[in-house]
This record gives sequence, C-alpha cells and structure tokens, in this order.
Amino acid sequence: MHLILFIVFAALCLIGAVNLLLQTHPINSALSLIVVMTSLAVLYLLLGAEFLAAAQVIVYAGAIMVLFTFVVMLLNAGREERTLGSRAARIVGFPAVAAIMAVIATMILRIQGLGPAVIENHVTSTNELSAVLFTRLLLPFEVTSVLFLVAILGSVALARHGGGEREDTK
Amino acid sequence: MNSMHLINQEVPLAWYLLLSAVLFCLGVVGFLIKRNLITVFMSIELMLNAVNLSFVTFAHQWHQVRGQIFVFFVMMVAAAEAAVGLAIIIAVFRVRATLAVDRIDLMKL
Repeated sequence: MHLILFIVFAALCLIGAVNLLLQTHPINSALSLIVVMTSLAVLYLLLGAEFLAAAQVIVYAGAIMVLFTFVVMLLNAGREERTLGSRAARIVGFPAVAAIMAVIATMILRIQGLGPAVIENHVTSTNELSAVLFTRLLLPFEVTSVLFLVAILGSVALARHGGGEREDTK
Repeated sequence: MNSMHLINQEVPLAWYLLLSAVLFCLGVVGFLIKRNLITVFMSIELMLNAVNLSFVTFAHQWHQVRGQIFVFFVMMVAAAEAAVGLAIIIAVFRVRATLAVDRIDLMKL
C-alpha cells in the first residue's frame, strides 16, 4: 500500500513540477505548484509527519499559493515570451544543475543504513512536536513572530500605493 | 500472490531523498529558464519544498522530532518571504509596468 501511494504521489509531484516549467502562463504554473505541494503533504503523511502534512496544506497550498494567484490576477500577468536567457545561465547554469544532481544522487545512493519508510511504529504526534517546540525551542519560535511582524510591515510599506520615493517630491 | 507481495513491499528512504533531489534540480532549472518574475519566485518555493521533503525523510530515519521542527520554521520563513517578495514584485510592476525579467535589468552589470 505504501509503495503504491508513494509511486502515485511521487509521480504527481514530478508531473506537477515539470508542468510548472513547461507552462507559459503564470496561473497554470501556480496551479501545478499547488498539485506539487498537496502531493508532498501526502508524502509527509507517509513519513509519519501528520502535523507537517496539515501545515503543508494550510500554509503552502492554502495561504502562500492564494497570495501567488492573487498577485498573478492583480497584475494581470500575461503569457511570458520565451527568450534564450542570459549566456551565463546557459554556459554555467545547466552544467552546474547536472553536476549538483549527479553529486546528490551518488551521495544518496552511497549512504549506508537508510532503512525503509514505515509508519506503523513511528508517527510523530502533534503532542511530541509541540512539547519540544514550546520548551526547548521557545525562543526561536517567539523570534519568528517578530519576523512576521517585520514582514507584514515591510510588505505593506512596499505595496502601498504611491509609497517609496514619490513622497519626497511632494 | 505476486500482487500481494507488491502491495506489502516497503519503500526505501533513498527514494524519498532522490525525489527531493530531482524536485530541487527542477526548481533550479525553472529558476534559470523561466522569464516571468512570478514564476521565477515559484521555482524558489519549489526548491524550498524539495529541501523540506529531505528534512522530513531524515527525521523519519533517525526518529528525531527536530527535523520536523526545522521544516516548520522553514515554512514560516517561506510565508514571510512570499509576502515580502510579492510586495516587491508589485512595487517593481508599478514602476516598470512589466514582469519579464529581461526588461528588469537595471542592476545588471
């Protein structure tokens, strides 16, 4: 059962990611990214991370992608025109990607002692997760709330109509 | 009998890691070939997701909660990053009236 679920959702992940690259309209890319994120949530469930699966659906597939589709519609982003891109990307970028992929794949295949994925004996409950998060890692957790405050203020200041340097000319 | 064997077979964790590596590389390729500012940003999100998958896989392997907590923090930082990044995209669009990365090259050498 695990194998079948893994194959189905890994294939969905890969198809979504390739579709993201092939589509020329941003809204189609955004929808295929939602497919990738939702099937990743299923893979998290198969690895026993139930809280992260829920958070993946709510935060990534929900909040972040709603923001993306909202901006695509707000800016009325049209079809992108394909150009060759920069020369540096072609000469350095693609060989670098191939090299990274080869290095990571050989490293993974050489790792000894990686067991199979089983969820029968180990599902991380939200209880365990929050026990560590709210005792040992309380300070980083609180610091992220400051980060969020700064992010909210920053995005409001950046996206405000007529914000920035135009105020100086008044 | 053979199909029962297939159903009960276990998945090696190396497959999850390989899937994560392939997704990461697809994100890098998207970052290089996409010509729209928003889809370039989506490729970055794809890379973040790929790394999250390998974090969860290693957390499963060593029965550690910390790997999953790291993914939680990555998600929070990604949410903040998406909000600020999209605000910057809106600001850029307001000034340049385009989303094509070839025409937003004021800082290029």
